Amino acid sequence: MDTDSAYLQPYLPILVLLLLAGVMCFAISILAGYLGPKRTFPIKETAFECGSPTTGDPHSRHSVKFYLVALLFIVFDIESVFIYPWGALLRDFAAQGLGWFAYLEMLSFMATLALGLVYVWRKGALEWS
Amino acid sequence: MQGFLDNLIRHFGHDPATWPWTQFVYLGGMALFAFAVINFAAITAGIFSWAERRVAARMQSRVGPNRVGPGGFLQWVADAVKLLTKEDLVPAEADKILFRAAPYFMMVGFACVFVALPFSHRLVIADMNIGIFFIIAVTALIVVGIIMSGWSSNSKWSLFGAIRSAAQIISYEIPGGIALMIPVMLAGTLSTQGIIRAQGGLPWQWFVFDNPAAFVAFVIYFISALAEGNRTPFDLPEAESELVSGYNTEYSGMRFSYFFLVEWGNMWVMSALATTMFLGGWQIPGVSAATLDAATGGTAVALELLSLAIFVGKTLFWVFVVMWLRWTLPRIRVDQMMNMCWKYLVPMSFAAVAFVAVWMLVVHAVPALGLVMRAIMFVLGVAFTVFFVYRTAQNIRDTGDKFDFTSNW
Repeated sequence: MDTDSAYLQPYLPILVLLLLAGVMCFAISILAGYLGPKRTFPIKETAFECGSPTTGDPHSRHSVKFYLVALLFIVFDIESVFIYPWGALLRDFAAQGLGWFAYLEMLSFMATLALGLVYVWRKGALEWS
Repeated sequence: MQGFLDNLIRHFGHDPATWPWTQFVYLGGMALFAFAVINFAAITAGIFSWAERRVAARMQSRVGPNRVGPGGFLQWVADAVKLLTKEDLVPAEADKILFRAAPYFMMVGFACVFVALPFSHRLVIADMNIGIFFIIAVTALIVVGIIMSGWSSNSKWSLFGAIRSAAQIISYEIPGGIALMIPVMLAGTLSTQGIIRAQGGLPWQWFVFDNPAAFVAFVIYFISALAEGNRTPFDLPEAESELVSGYNTEYSGMRFSYFFLVEWGNMWVMSALATTMFLGGWQIPGVSAATLDAATGGTAVALELLSLAIFVGKTLFWVFVVMWLRWTLPRIRVDQMMNMCWKYLVPMSFAAVAFVAVWMLVVHAVPALGLVMRAIMFVLGVAFTVFFVYRTAQNIRDTGDKFDFTSNW
């Protein structure tokens, strides 16, 4: 076995499970399609709107807040991804006497992040009223 | 898992290293394990749907489903059969392909979590060195499924529910992810089994009692997990009184059941993750992980089953707490939900990481301090638990509540 496939070996179960889960869901849905009745008419196929006929375009414009949240998520999630490897290695750093150095390095990174949060907060991006 | 299959091949008189069919046996074994795990996920979700209705009924002085099987236990089977034979409706104006595909994304994202979730000392499908990272990443597939279902339904309720849900899940993923980093820092590994091994069987060896910030991280993780699973008090995306049913409004039959399967199954995932990361996982009190590794024959099987029982017991306890919260707390408002995440939990989780790092370096220099802190945290935890149980018992006594196990259970 060459090194590449040995490296990927632990990830093979994920692929197997991914395919199997998809196939099983699909098979059960097909089965349900055969077992269930098929009695459709136009009114039944309309979108639910509390009984009255649907009005307007459902894909209307939404509050900008949701997009702001998505932007904030991308910023903070990527930053927290950067912190993870440091977190996993902090014990080793400490064992080699580099603990405080590693800590100050990450503290400066997190301070930048906190500054970003303060900025967004001050700008009012976190207010929902 | 590979070691188990190697032993099986040796048992039939072949050498796993040279036998040409070894890889196929591995693949077959993986498929079998994957099949078992998907069924486990689906069946636990079904049983939880029954358990939750019984718990809810009990808390509201009702009886709940008690007709199908002993105590209504087989209600979930009846429900599954009913959903299977219902008409599969697709709205005329829906995006047909996305509408049909969305539940698969939910189910696949949910099933994949079980690859890295441990069950006992040896029982884990793949003990990856990035385990916890994988779990956080793959749960994001559920958001994709939610957005797809909401957008493709072409219904106002679905889209409102989906957008709310996505905003909530991605917001709470940040404090939740950072809180989960604290056990990673304390254990020095991302592997789920490695994190359990770094803890011990006795409560003061658990990470939740390691230091005050670890306890705060546990609370932050638990709140975030509730929000990510759309559980009350964070069930705004499914607020029946305002949004009909949220992103799954237009679904019916089997496709509808996938959404609820994921929601109930998620209770197991969040509780098992809390058990793994903070509460000692499968560690047996008084038996070290090295003893478990060295055990052979009947002792190994007995210890393995004991570790499985401990893990499942702890997980089911937290599942019950999640149900308890659902029938205790009212739903919060959307602005309260966002404020709590961004203004409280995110800064707190960052502060907790900074504190734990300092604490680890201090303990590295003076190991005795770590023991003292663990002892103090444990005593405080026990005191709080005793007080809580005392107050709860008193409240139950005051209401004059009695439970009749005999007549109509």
